[in-house]
Amino acid sequence: MIRMENVHKAFGDNHVLQGLDLEIPKGTSMVIIGGSGTGKSVALKCILGLIQPDSGMIYVDGKDASKGDRDAFLARFGMLFQGAALFDSMTVWQNVAFRLLRGSLKRPADEAREIAIEKLRRVGLKSDVADRFPAELSGGMQKRVGLARAIAAEPEIIFFDEPTTGLDPIMSGVINDLIREIVTEMGATAMTITHDMSSVRAIADNVAMLHGGVIQWTGPVGQMDASGDPYVEQFISGSAEGPIEAVR
Amino acid sequence: MNPMTALGGLGRAVLSLMAAFGRVALFALDAISHILRPPFYPREFGMALLNIGWLSLPVVGLTAIFTGGALALQIYAGGARFNAEAVVPQIVAIGMVRELGPVLVGLMIAARVTSSIAAEIATMKVTEQIDALVTLSTHPMKYLTAPRVLAALITVPALVAVGDVIGIAGGYTVATQNLGFNPATYLKNTVDFLETRDIVSSLVKGAAFGLIAAIMGCYYGMNSGRGAQGVGRATKGSVEAAAVLILAANFVLTGVFFSL
Repeated sequence: MIRMENVHKAFGDNHVLQGLDLEIPKGTSMVIIGGSGTGKSVALKCILGLIQPDSGMIYVDGKDASKGDRDAFLARFGMLFQGAALFDSMTVWQNVAFRLLRGSLKRPADEAREIAIEKLRRVGLKSDVADRFPAELSGGMQKRVGLARAIAAEPEIIFFDEPTTGLDPIMSGVINDLIREIVTEMGATAMTITHDMSSVRAIADNVAMLHGGVIQWTGPVGQMDASGDPYVEQFISGSAEGPIEAVR
Repeated sequence: MNPMTALGGLGRAVLSLMAAFGRVALFALDAISHILRPPFYPREFGMALLNIGWLSLPVVGLTAIFTGGALALQIYAGGARFNAEAVVPQIVAIGMVRELGPVLVGLMIAARVTSSIAAEIATMKVTEQIDALVTLSTHPMKYLTAPRVLAALITVPALVAVGDVIGIAGGYTVATQNLGFNPATYLKNTVDFLETRDIVSSLVKGAAFGLIAAIMGCYYGMNSGRGAQGVGRATKGSVEAAAVLILAANFVLTGVFFSL
């Protein structure tokens, strides 16, 4: 379980998180929605320790996320970045097997390559992609490789940052289905950030609406449409009228 | 302008400069500490050796040979004013080994390697590849900075040595082909005139300049701003800082080696 308690983070005068409270039960898929610049990515990066919160506590399975063995902590996570964040200088299989080629999870190169190819197959890519470089792939293929990398070491917790941004609706659907399948199959705890309501409906068990640095509403995805929360309603309808200012 | 306002502005500028020096010094210490502590990344170190050392050889060689040749012509023309044309071999040797070899190689490395490191790391930062490294349990300082700094520390003195030899060869070629010097006498005068201290100073300068070049590239890359403009600024800033620090370090090291 991931728990964020009263987390604050400011960048200069911009107070992005203003007492964020959030709980993600183990083995569930939480999707955080909210407008651009509302601190969704900041919240995610605070959990991973990529950004230090100014105050507040973050717990993973009851343990303070800022303490203890950092490598062991990060080994529990996989992450799919918005732009895939693949390493340009490496081939696709080396990207996917990055964790398996070094550090505590190191394996022989042949074995790591086999696992990488199997993970590539799992995300719908053929083995001939393995020896290509990321720059030779389309955006959708890069996202799939990023997804394969995120699951290569079979993490307990997977984060997805805007998994469908920049993809066409069909490829978005493919990625959404893959995420749902993989999370269910692995029994992983998932946290996804997205603006894409079709992703929310496909991926989420629970949804949290972030606005003004705090969670405005959270609940099961099935209750989202009837939440009665003006922020959620405006976000779902995409209306310019409502509590969320259109000009920010 | 109010003198107090001007003084305040000067104070802020000095404080800002000192803070920047402090940040770079802490970054350099951190980078060096990561060179000494495992895990080590031999593949990345090998790639850095190749990129910084081997692939810099053509530009270093061409710079040195033309500089050595021009130096011979200048010394010959200048020496002729007081009948001292015969000193060409000695002055080319001392000029290349003590000053021009290390400084020109250092500046070429700043142009070629510092810019490349800064642009590569800054792009990785902008595209979240640095964050990806962290989430994959890999320390960016250890994986990106340490191999590059160690490779520069080893290869730049070697490049300086190569540059010194090629520069002297450039002077030798011009002097023997165009200025009528006897080849054997030229070589003997060159070898006889150089001292161990000259060569040691050249190599020490190379190591210092390599360290500066790699550290500045990594520092600016790791601290780049967002977007293409951030990458551009990081690249430009890294080359400017590396070039100025190399020239300043050259002055200090020349004082250390030769003012006693």
